[in-house]
Amino acid sequence: MKLQNLKQDWFGNIKGDILSGIVVALALIPEAIAFSIIAGVDPMVGLYASFSIAVIIAFVGGRPGMISGATGAMALLMVTLVADYGLQYLFAATILTGVIQILFGVFKLASVMKFVPRSVMVGFVNALAILIFTSQLQHFEGEGWIMYGLVALTLAIIYILPKFTKAVPSTLVAIIVVTAIAIFGNIGVRTVGDLGELSQQLPVFLIPSIPFNLETLMIIFPYSLALAIVGLLESLLTANIVDDMTDTESNKNKESRGQGIANVVTGFFGGMAGCAMIGQSVINVKSGGRGRLSALVAGTFLMFLIMVLGGVVAQIPMAALAGVMIMVSISTFDWSSLRNLHKLPKTDAAVMLITVITVVATHDLSKGVLAGVLISAIFFAAKISKVKVNEIVALEGKKKVYKVHGQIFFASVNDLLDKFNFNDKVKEVEIDLSNSHLWDDSAIGALDKIEMKFEQNGIKVTYSGLNEESKHLKKRIGGLSKASGH
Amino acid sequence: MYKKILLATDGSKHSIRSAEHAIYLADSFDSVIELVYVVGGEKSKEDVLHSVDKYEVKREREEKLRPIQEQLENAGLQYNSHLLHGEPGPTIVKFANENAFDLVVVGSRGLNNLQTMILGSVSHKVAKRVSCPVLIVK
Repeated sequence: MKLQNLKQDWFGNIKGDILSGIVVALALIPEAIAFSIIAGVDPMVGLYASFSIAVIIAFVGGRPGMISGATGAMALLMVTLVADYGLQYLFAATILTGVIQILFGVFKLASVMKFVPRSVMVGFVNALAILIFTSQLQHFEGEGWIMYGLVALTLAIIYILPKFTKAVPSTLVAIIVVTAIAIFGNIGVRTVGDLGELSQQLPVFLIPSIPFNLETLMIIFPYSLALAIVGLLESLLTANIVDDMTDTESNKNKESRGQGIANVVTGFFGGMAGCAMIGQSVINVKSGGRGRLSALVAGTFLMFLIMVLGGVVAQIPMAALAGVMIMVSISTFDWSSLRNLHKLPKTDAAVMLITVITVVATHDLSKGVLAGVLISAIFFAAKISKVKVNEIVALEGKKKVYKVHGQIFFASVNDLLDKFNFNDKVKEVEIDLSNSHLWDDSAIGALDKIEMKFEQNGIKVTYSGLNEESKHLKKRIGGLSKASGH
Repeated sequence: MYKKILLATDGSKHSIRSAEHAIYLADSFDSVIELVYVVGGEKSKEDVLHSVDKYEVKREREEKLRPIQEQLENAGLQYNSHLLHGEPGPTIVKFANENAFDLVVVGSRGLNNLQTMILGSVSHKVAKRVSCPVLIVK
C-alpha cells in the first residue's frame, strides 16, 4: 500500500509533472536572482537554494505538487544578518532554521499554526507584497527614463502576452526581450552581473566558517527562529492552497520536517533559507503539475539552465528583474481583503492593518505575526469576557435569582462583581450558572467574593445549573480564597 | 431533446438569471440538470487565506450554490451538484465533453471589450470548444 502511494506520488502524472516542472524552473530563475539581491547576497546563493530546496522537498516534503525555493518572505528576514555579519553567518542561520523546523515536525507542532488567525495571515501576505514592492524602489534611484521604460515594457509583456499564448511563461519572454534590447541596443543599464558574481558550477558541500561558540549562536538564533516560523507559516498556507486546488490531503507535520531537512542541507551547500512559494505552486498546479516529480524537474532544470546559460543570466538588466518583482508583489497582495475591508468585523480589520503596519515599520514579518496574534488574543479575550446577568425576583420579593450568561475567567470577573446588588432586602439569592462556564482560579475567587459579600448582609447564597467541569473546579478550589480572606 | 443539461454557475446574479433559462428548458423537456461550480487557482488562494479551515471553505462554497439549488428545488427539478477545480473555461469544457451533455447553459458576465481582453470570457471559451449546443444567457 505504501509503495503504491509512493509510486502514485512520483509517477502518477509523468507528462504533466515534467512540463509543469520546466515552466516553474523558467519562472523560478528571475525570482531566485531577485530575492538574492533583496537579501544582499550573490545571485548564486538564491539559485543554489532554489535548486537544492526544490529537489530535496521533492523527496521529503509532505505535499506533492508544491514548489519550494528561495522566497521573498525569507530573504527580507535575513537582510540585517547579511549586512552586519556576512554570508557565512547566513549559512549557519539557514542550518539552524532547518533544525528548528525539523523539531517542529517531530513534535507535531504544525497544528500550533492554527493559533494564527486568518486576519493575521492576510496581513502577513499583504505586508510581504508591500515589502517586495518597496525593496525594488532602490533600483530606480538615480536612473533615467530608460529604466522606467524597460520596467514598463517588462510589465506590459508579462500581463498582455498570456492573452495570446500560455505555452511559455510570460515572465521569461519579458526577460528575454528586455535583455536582448539591452544587449543589442547597447544601452548602458545596470545588470545582474553588476550586483554579484554568477558561476557555472554546481553547489559544493561546505561548513560555514564561523566561530562555533555561544556568541555566534546568540547572533543567529533570533534570525533562525524568525525564519523557521515565517517559513513554516508560508509553507503550511501554501500546502492548504495546493490541497484545495487539487482536492487532496497532505501531511503537514511531514511537510514541516521536510522544510527543515531542505534548509539544513541547503545551508551546507551555500544556499539561503527558503520555504514553499505560493505563486510558483499555483503556477505548477495550473500548468498540470500534481506529483513529486514536478518539484524535482523544476529544481534540476533550473540548475541545468544556470550551467548552460550562466553568462547570459549576468546580462539580464535590473529593470527586467524589477518588473518581475513588481508583478510578484501585485499577485502576492490579497486584493480581496481591500474590497471586503468594510465588510469585515472592525477587530479583524484592525488586526490585519496592525500586522501590516508592524511589518512595514520593522521590516520583520515575524514581528508582524507576533503583534497580530497578540492583538487578536486581546480582542478575543475582550469579546468573550462580556458577561450578562439577568435578575429575577421570586417568592414575593424574598428571593432573587441571578442568571449569569457567559464565560467566567480572569478577564471577565471584574465586570461580574458590579452586576450584583449586595444591599437588596432579600433573604436568599440564587446564582444560576446554567448558561455560563467557570474556567479558572479567578472565576472561583469571584464567586467566593460574591458569596461573602452577600453573607455579610445576611443573605444566603445558593448555586444552580453548574456544568460538570465547572462543578469539579469549584469543588477543588472553592472556598479557599474566602478562608484566606482575599 | 435536451435530456441532460449542464448549468455552469459562479453563484453570481448573472448565473441566477442563467438558472432561470435552464429551468425553463428542463421543464419543457423533462431533463436532468447538472449544476457545476468551478473554483479557479486564484479563487482557491483567496478562499483558503480567508477561512479558518477547509471545512469552512467547503461550507462557504456550498452556501454560494444554495440560492441556485433552491431555485431548482422550487421548480421541482431533478439535479446534481458538482464542485470542480481548475481554470473555469477549460474545466467546464472538459466536464461537458466527457459526460455527453445535450446542452450547456452559461451566463455571460457582461464585460466590455477591455475587460474581455484582460479577464478573458469564460462563456466565449466554452461556446467555442464544447461539442454540444451552448446557450449563453446575457
